[in-house]
Amino acid sequence: MGHQLSGPTDPTRDAAWPSPEPRVGFFTDTSICIGCKACEVACKEWNAIPEDGLDFLGSSYDNSGQLGASTWRHVAFVEQSADRIEQARESGRKLVDLGMPSVGAPATAAPSGSAASSAPAADGGPAAEGAAEIPDFRWLMASDVCKHCTHAGCLDVCPTGALFRTEHGTVVVQADVCNGCGYCVGACPFGVIERRKGDSTVHNSGVAQKCTLCYDRISHDQTPACAQACPTTSIKFGPHDEMVELAEARVRELHGQGMTEARVYGANELDGVGGTGSVFLLLDEPEVYGLPPDPVVPTASIESNYKHAATAAAGLLAAAAFAFLGGAR
Amino acid sequence: MAECHPVGFQWVTEAKARGATVIHVDPRFTRTSAVADLHLPIRAGTDIVFLGALINHVISTESYFHDYVVAYTNAATLVHEDFRDTEDLDGLFSGYDGATGHYDTTSWAYQEPEDGAVAKAGGNEHGSSESARSAGEEHGSGGPALEHSVVLRDETLQDPRCVFQILKRHYSRYTPQMVADVCGIPEEDFLKVAKALCDNSGRDKTTMFCYAVGWTQHTVGAQMIRTSAILQLLLGNVGRPGGGIMALRGHASIQGSTDIPTLFNLLPGYLPMPKVGDHETFEDYIASITSKDAKGFWANADAYMVSLMKSWFGEHATKDNNWALDLLPRLTGAHGTYQTTMAMLDDEVEGYFVLGQNPAVGSAHGTLQRDALRHLKWLVVRDLQLVETATFWKDSPEVASGEWRPEDIDTEVFFFPAASHAEKAGTFTQTQRLLQWRHKAVNPPGDAQSELEFFFEVGKRIRARLAGSTEERDRALLAMTWDYPTDAEGEIDPAAVLAEINGRDADGQLLSAYTQMKADGSTSGGCWIYTGVFADGINHAADRVPGRDQNPIAAQWGWAWPANRRVLYNRASADPEGKPWSERKKLIWWDAESGKWTGDDVPDFPPDKDPSFRPEEGTGGPDGIAGDDPFVMMADGKGWLYAPKGMVDGPLPTHYESQESPVHNPLYAVQANPTRVIFERKDNLFAPSPPAPGSDVYPFVFTIARLTEHHTAGGMSRWLPYLSELQPEMFCEVSPELAAERGLENAGWATIVSPRAVIEARVLVTDRMKPLRINGKIVHQIGMPYHWGVGNEAVISGDSANDLLGVVLDANTQIQEGKLGSCDIVAGRRPRGEALDRLLAEYQSRAGVTAATGTQRPHSVDTQGDSH
Amino acid sequence: MGLSPLEWPVVRQLRTGDRLGRGPAVTSARTRATEPRTSTADRVVQSVCPYCAVGCGQRIFVKDEKVVQIEGDKDSPISRGRLCPKGSASEQLVNSPTRPKQVLYRKPGGTDWEPMDRDRAIDLVVDRFLDTHRRTWVDRDEQGRRLRRTMGIASLGGATLDNEENYLIKKLFTAAGAIQIENQARI
Repeated sequence: MGHQLSGPTDPTRDAAWPSPEPRVGFFTDTSICIGCKACEVACKEWNAIPEDGLDFLGSSYDNSGQLGASTWRHVAFVEQSADRIEQARESGRKLVDLGMPSVGAPATAAPSGSAASSAPAADGGPAAEGAAEIPDFRWLMASDVCKHCTHAGCLDVCPTGALFRTEHGTVVVQADVCNGCGYCVGACPFGVIERRKGDSTVHNSGVAQKCTLCYDRISHDQTPACAQACPTTSIKFGPHDEMVELAEARVRELHGQGMTEARVYGANELDGVGGTGSVFLLLDEPEVYGLPPDPVVPTASIESNYKHAATAAAGLLAAAAFAFLGGAR
Repeated sequence: MAECHPVGFQWVTEAKARGATVIHVDPRFTRTSAVADLHLPIRAGTDIVFLGALINHVISTESYFHDYVVAYTNAATLVHEDFRDTEDLDGLFSGYDGATGHYDTTSWAYQEPEDGAVAKAGGNEHGSSESARSAGEEHGSGGPALEHSVVLRDETLQDPRCVFQILKRHYSRYTPQMVADVCGIPEEDFLKVAKALCDNSGRDKTTMFCYAVGWTQHTVGAQMIRTSAILQLLLGNVGRPGGGIMALRGHASIQGSTDIPTLFNLLPGYLPMPKVGDHETFEDYIASITSKDAKGFWANADAYMVSLMKSWFGEHATKDNNWALDLLPRLTGAHGTYQTTMAMLDDEVEGYFVLGQNPAVGSAHGTLQRDALRHLKWLVVRDLQLVETATFWKDSPEVASGEWRPEDIDTEVFFFPAASHAEKAGTFTQTQRLLQWRHKAVNPPGDAQSELEFFFEVGKRIRARLAGSTEERDRALLAMTWDYPTDAEGEIDPAAVLAEINGRDADGQLLSAYTQMKADGSTSGGCWIYTGVFADGINHAADRVPGRDQNPIAAQWGWAWPANRRVLYNRASADPEGKPWSERKKLIWWDAESGKWTGDDVPDFPPDKDPSFRPEEGTGGPDGIAGDDPFVMMADGKGWLYAPKGMVDGPLPTHYESQESPVHNPLYAVQANPTRVIFERKDNLFAPSPPAPGSDVYPFVFTIARLTEHHTAGGMSRWLPYLSELQPEMFCEVSPELAAERGLENAGWATIVSPRAVIEARVLVTDRMKPLRINGKIVHQIGMPYHWGVGNEAVISGDSANDLLGVVLDANTQIQEGKLGSCDIVAGRRPRGEALDRLLAEYQSRAGVTAATGTQRPHSVDTQGDSH
Repeated sequence: MGLSPLEWPVVRQLRTGDRLGRGPAVTSARTRATEPRTSTADRVVQSVCPYCAVGCGQRIFVKDEKVVQIEGDKDSPISRGRLCPKGSASEQLVNSPTRPKQVLYRKPGGTDWEPMDRDRAIDLVVDRFLDTHRRTWVDRDEQGRRLRRTMGIASLGGATLDNEENYLIKKLFTAAGAIQIENQARI
């Protein structure tokens, strides 16, 4: 269990599932997203998530704002001028020039702690240059979701066992177990998980809530609601390895067309969360979409504390068990 | 398309991934623009200049599909020598009558053969009195009638009176420079489109045009679509896979609502409603819509009409009573939804049924719409939710402002809860003419019921009350067939209604094709183009072979009219000899060995007609179709570049400015469409357009559209939290330049003033809106969605963009110019109460607006062939 | 909620080997019993989305005579199982708590709705229909030509009505001589 809190690992095996399923995840290809928000609605409808405020944000077509307890898919809208597009193209090209990571061996060469974004070089060498005209303007749309991290901060700090690693390698919160302590909220480097506000009339109020990657559906060979609805297949669902491969292939394709701004986000298993279960193809720096460039799970730094401290772990487990029983309803 | 038809757009995404070029032309930068290869912001309402310039480009660079054009279109056909073009008459075609605003279309006809070969020679139906009737949609699934099919042709396309030369002259002034000056699209961008279009048309490639109400809702709406049709015919993109013009219709069965119309001017299957005087006898009626001497399947309209009347009136439709035509009401002009609104205001309408519709928000000029409701004696609203049309007496903007009091509104209102799509079985016809049967999932809640059940019940009670009546007015109600089978709970069986629509033969067997219909009263069928949906007694609308188990045509999923054919006029996918134009674009072809047309789709052609077949000159009906006449519903078998008949405002599309425009028409002295339908009333005012004084009071163009997150007037979206939270407030989109000019702040408020209304909206300042340079002058456009309405029942409410609109219509379709108008915009929220009216009046006064503003028509012109 | 000692988390952590308590050891009984309502539905009905005209296939899942889920129909060659946000909100459309379940009546000059029995409401509508029909009927114009109509009754339908419904509406109104029968299709 040496790699359980940082670095490359198979989180499902780490969680001791006797017969783990292949790790699954999303690949969200923002280059074909049309910003329709079907993912937001399909998610809410399937998971019976309450309405999350009727505020006009003045933020392009985004009135959901951010991921939270009652918004498990969030579509960002980013309006950019030519200057910014040129910078994005340049920064994406640099990722390739730095050789992060090399073609065919995704993510292995990237130094630990580097940006989560990476751009495999186009087939046959450096990306085509100047092949695509820079438009005056562009409107980026991207559907964000829980990353289902390899090293999930929310899960690692959860004292009740409400959060658990599923047999599919995803991270799910159990509303019937959660006592609403909120440790997980601060432990998520992406700001995904949140306690749901509201009185007793609100479904699951008071407990932590986030994307389950449709645990109920995928456990019965059904596609998660968002991916099934997505009109353009911007949201793809499948085995994590395949998703990463698809993402890298798509980046190569776009680079081949001169769109060097394309890069993969989340597939670097040497990053601060051990790579994410949900990977993305972005067309600019992650910050532009409201994503952290170098997400680090807080528990990564205390890994050494656990490494040889079985007693400490046992104590934590005991506490977890106590909290679980206390929180049982 | 991505914005309003996101799931349909998956095919565009896929095509793009395979190398297709996607070009989006729209005043606003939408979700579609975001993923297009090229977005061109265009000044709203100028599409004919843009498309006309593409026609000019295609002709002048000889990029048209020569063999297709010569063989399959009317390019070679000679036009009457009396015809005069707008280029000759400064914006008018020959035959214009300034007193009525109508054209006498006689001079637009084809040239008649001079040898008297055709007994009934004498051309087409005469007289401007006919023009109001000749709206395009009344002509069946094909074109309007010609009296015969004999035409003179010059296949070299050189005769100055042939369609091709007329077309060439007509569009010669539609240059890239003109596009820049009128549309605001730079020449280099226009040329990119022209190149992409020509590079992607021809034997191996096709281009498709997709449009929605961005083309229909203009006073030149039908002609915008015609311009696209001309272009597609020139490029050989009609009747071929990946080609055509795709109307992206906006509602689940809006296509069905036209096919089986609840429209004043139509009977099912695009048979026209009878008109007073002209249609006293069945023979008069048929003679005015078709001729046995015209080519194609429309020549059999008598069989379709008799079958319809047999479905409606059974034994009461006989030859002696003109196949029950004697029982039908007669039209005396246009009785469209806006004429009806005016009639309500004039207290001529007592009762109004509003069925799943919300005119208080969704129709043009909301104030006028709500005022019309106030004049009714009784109103029946049937909907899923308490839409604003149901509650106007209680929470309309006029009640909120104190102008009206509920106590003073005498309209009696009935609200009936409706069944949702899940709670009833039946068919929707989607945008590609595909009928899909919905199975019923659950019963409607409480007292909710379907329209089918409600009207069946109303009809039964009406007939019970009238039983035994000998009054003339009750005769048709008692004569109509209304004996539908019911289930154990007494509810009507929708499949039985679909079977009636399909039709039966003399033995009561369901028909399999409309070609089985007869004019002798032995067959029935409620909508001839739907005949075959129940072929062999099977409800094919319910066919559900999964797409993955079929070829891409997917013929076993649902049923498309006519005859389950998926691409209309697909004979044009093969060359005149019957061979596919290219392997890549093959669809159907002639199999000489079996002597049949074959291929992936159902051939839209007589199945065993040899490509080399030539009928004896003058032969009418299906027998008159030559082996190389792909346009089997057109009276001459050809695609019409030039429309000798059928359009009321010209045989060729030509550019007019909108009713309200920021510029003077740079092409002609005639500013706006001279045939547009005007309602000159003091409650329907229009802004002056340049050079008239006062036009600077409403200096900006507003353009209205939909959002992905909402649906039309909001009845199916603003009541749902999941959709409401995605776009919670009415907003407007302005460029940073306009924002700076007017002090507008992002996420702040703006007040928008038109001559009809003052509304408020939140502001999005965005580079997606671009100021356009029109003839050296900057024109600002403001984008607005129209989904919001004022009321207390929905999850979200807000001012309605449609309140800004006036009522002025396209004379071909009676559709409102709902896409744009003139306005001013200022920062801050609108005033309330009386101050609101004062602001509206102050603007009107400053602009000098009167009821007559913008309603003038040009004078008649003397022409060689047609003088007044 | 009672737990057998064997199901105590600490015991399960040791029993399953999930010593950090992040996997099978901490799953609750409810979690382990999770089943999607798409699997537990009594029946699935093929339908079509009621919003735009693309005609996306829908599958409606019914449990205890209630719609519990509406999602895209993967069999559809048009939509391949996908839905837009509106189509994805169809379940909320059908099960909306704000849908009125009874007929509402507002009398002339009234300031509020009154609930009304449906049967009676239909009778009242038929009364008004026939009254207006009788009083506003015009058989012939000044020249003695057939008109056979009433201009006192009008209708405007939305385009989410079924073909069968439009057919009956057009037939009934035309037989009654009402010609101002219109639809969203002209708007």
